[in-house]
Amino acid sequence: MPAAAIEARDVGRRYGRRWALARLDLIVPEGSFFLLVGANGSGKTTFLRLAASAEQRNRGELAVFGQDPARRAENLRAHVALLSHKAGLYEDLSARENLELLAGLASMEPRIAEWLAAVQLEDRPDPVRCFSAGMRKRLAFARLIAQRPRLALIDEPYGQLDPVGFDLVDGLMHTLRDQGATVVIASHLVERASRQADTALVLHQGTPRWQGPARKVPAAWAAVHRVPA
Amino acid sequence: MNQLRWMLYKDLLIEWRGRARVAALSTFAVTLLLLFSFAVGPDTDALRTHAPAYLWLSVLTASTLLLTHGFKLEVESGAMEGLLLLPVSPRAIFYGKAIANMVLLLAVGVVALLVTLVLFDVTPRENPIWLLLILVLGTAGVSAPGTLYAGLTARLHAAQMVLPVLLFPLVVPCMVAAVRATSLVLGGDAMGQLDSWLWVLGCFDAIYWSLCGVLFGKVIG
Repeated sequence: MPAAAIEARDVGRRYGRRWALARLDLIVPEGSFFLLVGANGSGKTTFLRLAASAEQRNRGELAVFGQDPARRAENLRAHVALLSHKAGLYEDLSARENLELLAGLASMEPRIAEWLAAVQLEDRPDPVRCFSAGMRKRLAFARLIAQRPRLALIDEPYGQLDPVGFDLVDGLMHTLRDQGATVVIASHLVERASRQADTALVLHQGTPRWQGPARKVPAAWAAVHRVPA
Repeated sequence: MNQLRWMLYKDLLIEWRGRARVAALSTFAVTLLLLFSFAVGPDTDALRTHAPAYLWLSVLTASTLLLTHGFKLEVESGAMEGLLLLPVSPRAIFYGKAIANMVLLLAVGVVALLVTLVLFDVTPRENPIWLLLILVLGTAGVSAPGTLYAGLTARLHAAQMVLPVLLFPLVVPCMVAAVRATSLVLGGDAMGQLDSWLWVLGCFDAIYWSLCGVLFGKVIG
């Protein structure tokens, strides 16, 4: 049985008096493709941010590659990458300059042309502020693949993208997985995302409602939300 | 060291691309100097006597705009979080940003100094090169704690109001030393006190730059 990339026991995160995530028990095996599904405010983003050490939980135990992200954030940051709603790009820099900065800061070999070609942005020398939302998303994906993470946490991978971008992103996520990374995504595009993932978890109002094979998640999602199948 | 260089390069490159911002800050500092001269009136002796204080007040006030704006942009775009989630030393982030802030503040300070000399009709009685050294030490004394507090307050809605409340009391010793040293260069240093004030400035700079570098990771990490 593969080791766990993420192991959560009774994990909870509270904002003020409201629990955004509560009583979450979960094991994501290393090398797997895991899907988080849920309505807005169901706790998907919160879970990804906890695993990425961007936030700290209020209760329970959480381990990423066996280490507590709240205590061992420095150790984990070389292995974990988060692609969040905000692209986290420097608007006044070009796509190339953003990636050069990443490579310089993270002491990586700067394979800029390769990373830009992977997201089809090799011919855009203008600053990121001139980019469309979809292009920013692609550049954020270039940052993600450049980091070659062992754990890729991706919030709404299809957000802001056109249909061509959907296929591109699917390809990139599978490349990550082929490189041995564990991929965890949170998506509203249940049908599409369920075709990519192995296992899935349905969250509802911050609590887990269903967990199982990803191919069954559309039905589970419909049942949880009483959507006619 | 490599990470620090990249941070510094990034901040200075971004400022160079948006260089209208430094020009606007310099204009703001000059406007403050003009307001001081209008407030005092045509008493040229009083203006000359207090010129060093006006200079440093204008630099200090401009610094709060510079410091809050820089961090706010990075926090709002998510770039700061992206940076913090990389395996990058918080000290490299701090020193890169603090040095960049110091360079920009120094540019504003040089403009404000030149305008002060012309506007208040002051001719330095000591070697003017001392003025540059005082500017470097004075802006360093504002930049290090300013960068720390700007990072601390960047997520607040009222960052621009909170930052001066935190920063100004902390930099009082630096400002007093900078104003006194500037006064001695402009008005003459008959008693040989300039060295002492420069030492005071240098010591505070050393304390601020070492302490703030250690605290930054705990504040923003």
